[in-house]
Amino acid sequence: MKGLTKVYGAAAAVDHISFEVGSGEIVGLLGPNGAGKTTTINMILGVLRPSAGSIRIEDVDLSLHRSRALDCTNFAAVYAPLPGNLTVEQNLRIFGMLYGVANLSQRIETLLRQFALLRFRHAKCGVLSSGEQTRVCLAKALLNRPRLLLLDEPTASLDPAVAADIRKMILEFTAESAGGVLWTSHNMYEVQEVCDRVLFLSHGKILLEGNPKTLPREHGKSTLEELFIAVAREPLALEKL
Amino acid sequence: MTASRILAITLRQFYLFRGSPARVLPLFAWVAIDIVLWGFITKYLNAVTHTGLNFVPLLLGAVLLWDFLTRVMQGVTTAFFEDVWTRNFLNLFSTPLTLAEYITGLVLTGVLTSAFGLAAMVVLASLAFGLSFLIYGAMLAPFLLILFVWGVALGVAASGIVLRFGPAAEWFIWPIPALLSPFAGVFYPLSTLPAWMRVIARTLPASYVFEGMRAGIAHQSVSAAMLLSGACLAAVYLAAASWIFTSIYRHALRTGLIARYSAESVS
Repeated sequence: MKGLTKVYGAAAAVDHISFEVGSGEIVGLLGPNGAGKTTTINMILGVLRPSAGSIRIEDVDLSLHRSRALDCTNFAAVYAPLPGNLTVEQNLRIFGMLYGVANLSQRIETLLRQFALLRFRHAKCGVLSSGEQTRVCLAKALLNRPRLLLLDEPTASLDPAVAADIRKMILEFTAESAGGVLWTSHNMYEVQEVCDRVLFLSHGKILLEGNPKTLPREHGKSTLEELFIAVAREPLALEKL
Repeated sequence: MTASRILAITLRQFYLFRGSPARVLPLFAWVAIDIVLWGFITKYLNAVTHTGLNFVPLLLGAVLLWDFLTRVMQGVTTAFFEDVWTRNFLNLFSTPLTLAEYITGLVLTGVLTSAFGLAAMVVLASLAFGLSFLIYGAMLAPFLLILFVWGVALGVAASGIVLRFGPAAEWFIWPIPALLSPFAGVFYPLSTLPAWMRVIARTLPASYVFEGMRAGIAHQSVSAAMLLSGACLAAVYLAAASWIFTSIYRHALRTGLIARYSAESVS
């Protein structure tokens, strides 16, 4: 992403941010509510047109070759459940066709097994629990073995045990496929556990960037959570550091 | 365009129909009620009038053709509404699916659902009320084609309106055929209408079809120029509807409406 900007009227939701997500890297996109995280993700997903800047996915310019660029991305978000009136298998088949997945039936079987969804294959998504729905969304997100996986608070509203399972599955995905992951979360413990690098967004700008394990100390804080609170409450003080 | 992505849009509708009698029944039920109602009205009119006119092909045939148009339009819009009702736009439009593929998938769904409705109407009208399609001759094909293209155009434009104004705008869409029918001259010649209504009627492709239908039944020649005018108008409507939907989609991408559709408006 280079110089990515989204302006609504006079307000900049995202203000000239540039970053990249490398192969096999998990990058945490952090920041308080309204910092511009979801706006950034929506622009990368091609559902929100940037006011300025460019997005290249696997060297393909999203604005020029939308379909080709989106071929190698996928996403899961707590606010984007799959249609509840279709079964797990039907949803995976339809999205598999939309992403042009080869050997789709086989891929669906693999994902159903991997995400412990075999017994829910004929269940309508709308009747599943939050944790089960999240697993279905993640299975859908991995259908096309994306080179860039976007996860917007994938473990929000899940109990700690299910959240730990989800984190494990995503870590396995990056280890096996070398795909990059852009991950937003408000759970700093989770971020520290899974992310190789974090970007702190505040008022649409990248305020801080670094290793989540060492970044708090570099800014005089003892934990990532403390640093997060400082970004949320005193972004100007951190900008001066 | 990629065939598998178009088929995915249609397959979704097939899955929904397969598991839902509430979706299957309306494909047949409303058109069947219309045919039965108008079938008996035409029988009654044939019995009490001595004009020599056969009301079965005149009125029942008109109802059938108008219902076909309505089914085509609603086939497209209902397929679109399924994505509105399940808030599926973010999932759909973050895939490689192009807008042309999405609309083609909706139209393909409309073709299939309207074909079922048409088949049900034809069987019922023929068996129960003796409507013979031979009376329309070879003109039936262009009549159906014009109505199909216009139905698709109305469906695409209506979907665009709902995309722009949110799920509540759905209630603008259902009455569209009823609003257009007085102008289209479905049941009476355009000469019956006052001048200002005739001006509007001339801009509607269906009015050329129904004028042609009545001329055919009266054993007058059906003007090729008139049918061509209807076909050209239908094509213009389709192009305009595609432009409207594309413009609204681009607006939605600019404002973020696709991602936050439940908000109905973000600008």
